[in-house]
Amino acid sequence: MTTTSATTTTPADRGLDTVLLAPERPRRPSPLSATLTLAWRAAIRMKNEVVVQLFDVLMMPVVFLLIFSYLFGGAFAGSVDNYLQFFLPGVLVMAAVMQTLATGHTVSLDIAKGVFDRFRTMPFWQPASLVGAMITDLGRYLLTLVLTAALGLSLGFRPDAGVGGMALAILLILAFSFAFAWIFTTIGLLTRSPDSIQAQSMLLMAVVFCSNIFVDSSTMPGVIRAIVDTNPISHLSTAVRGLVHGTVTAGQLGLVGLSIGALLVIFGPLTMVLYHKRKNG
Amino acid sequence: MNSDPAIRTRGLRKSFGETIAVNGIDLTVQKGTVYGVLGPNGAGKTTTIRMLATLLRPDSGTAEVFGHDVVEQAQTVREMVSLTGQLASVDEGLTGYQNLVLLARLTGYSRPAARQRADDLLAAFDLADARDRIARTYSGGMRRRLDIAASILSAPRLIFLDEPTTGLDPRSRNQVWDTVRAVVARGTTVLLTTQYLEEADQLADRIAVIDQGRVIAEGTPAELKSSVGGGALHVRLTDSTQREQAKQVLTRVLGTSVRPTTDSAILSAGAGDPALAGQALTALTASGIAVATFSLDQPSLDEVFLTLTGHRAEDTNGTEELVP
Repeated sequence: MTTTSATTTTPADRGLDTVLLAPERPRRPSPLSATLTLAWRAAIRMKNEVVVQLFDVLMMPVVFLLIFSYLFGGAFAGSVDNYLQFFLPGVLVMAAVMQTLATGHTVSLDIAKGVFDRFRTMPFWQPASLVGAMITDLGRYLLTLVLTAALGLSLGFRPDAGVGGMALAILLILAFSFAFAWIFTTIGLLTRSPDSIQAQSMLLMAVVFCSNIFVDSSTMPGVIRAIVDTNPISHLSTAVRGLVHGTVTAGQLGLVGLSIGALLVIFGPLTMVLYHKRKNG
Repeated sequence: MNSDPAIRTRGLRKSFGETIAVNGIDLTVQKGTVYGVLGPNGAGKTTTIRMLATLLRPDSGTAEVFGHDVVEQAQTVREMVSLTGQLASVDEGLTGYQNLVLLARLTGYSRPAARQRADDLLAAFDLADARDRIARTYSGGMRRRLDIAASILSAPRLIFLDEPTTGLDPRSRNQVWDTVRAVVARGTTVLLTTQYLEEADQLADRIAVIDQGRVIAEGTPAELKSSVGGGALHVRLTDSTQREQAKQVLTRVLGTSVRPTTDSAILSAGAGDPALAGQALTALTASGIAVATFSLDQPSLDEVFLTLTGHRAEDTNGTEELVP
């Protein structure tokens, strides 16, 4: 019952001819090219909804910075200014870590919309679908870090280690967040549903609060203190404080490096296995 | 290898927990043809397509695409096929143009070649005017066309279309059909699933009817329809006194009995083959019987199922209606 078009003269037919009858087939793209192409995709999507993105990136750190500094700061540390010196590095960590949720959310949206189905039938280096998006998300983490740091500076935060210390601290947070985001790509692939973002957000919030981001762990009761002191987010904020105030030790940096390595080794392959095995009933 | 069919499956099976989705499917699809897989929701159409497209691993049985095993040689198969899923898998956050450039780049085309291909395809699929609109703002039919455009972007030898027109209005559906025909005319093999007999009839060279994970009938649309025999010729006579005479002519030419109707001027008789119906009308005229109006209808999917399986198509959203 196939009707064959007798003549091919319309622009539409010429378009089809050039696409379908072209003799050469390209070689599959290199892993780097595929990754950058998918990073470009994520960047365009961000650009297309820039207002939402900015709001998303800024809302939480600004609210937390203002509330904790001005409402609790005096009570926590004697004065707002004292507390700000302690809290700003912590709020930077929190801002970036909370953004990793959005990375996982994007993954589950892509699954729900069937976008990954097409990618998975294409012959390019498959991790690029995730790595590309995560590279672009680094840009978003960077944006939230720079804007939050700028707000902190304008409120009176003074890093003892100067601009260099701040820059190193931001790099460390970016590295950690890139590794941490694989937790949420794993969850995104496991849950398959974008709707679970609320629950994940509450869970992450609890993990963030069980760290030394807001207050030093030395006043906490034994068990809680042990938990807080083993939380990788505590290690990160300790190291970040050390970097911005020039008191960092190799041990503090080593602990963060260990967390980054462990997160990548565990959740990177786990994400990829789930990505390949994911069933759609 | 050149003599390998586009698709060959033997005893393909897949279960999800307790549910057996595909229960031993054998299919052979020749190159350059359109193959229709017809069945209600939950019959195993999508699962079959996803196994063939390397998205799901079969529990048992074999499937080959152009002679390559879909499990052992998945990468090779991926380079030759393309899937348009039931969910339109266009990226809603990008424009139509950006969607196509993205996929062309991922296929391996250089930047200039990717841009050229994107514009060629937008023109071919009547989307040039919507080139720079975000795909979220596209209508259902436009999204489907963009989706199919994306599927053929890499000039695949075989494309899978999973229910390409479900939920589309008649005009969009006709555009999708024309698109499929134009693609096939250029040598691409198409495997499509559908819930509509009319769609399979319009597009497919061969059809497999599947139900509960099994092929229950296979053949050309004509073979299938004649085996079902559900189609009917309805004739309204100008002069109802010629009824008996007309009845004899119809019975002789069509070889089926004339069903009783309430209106004495109307006669209905089973006619699986439209050509036979034409002969019957000619014979009526030759016998001096004037026909006021006539119509020929096709068996519905439900009638096909009723005949082939003895039960109705178990479905919830409207397979009992043909696409108008």
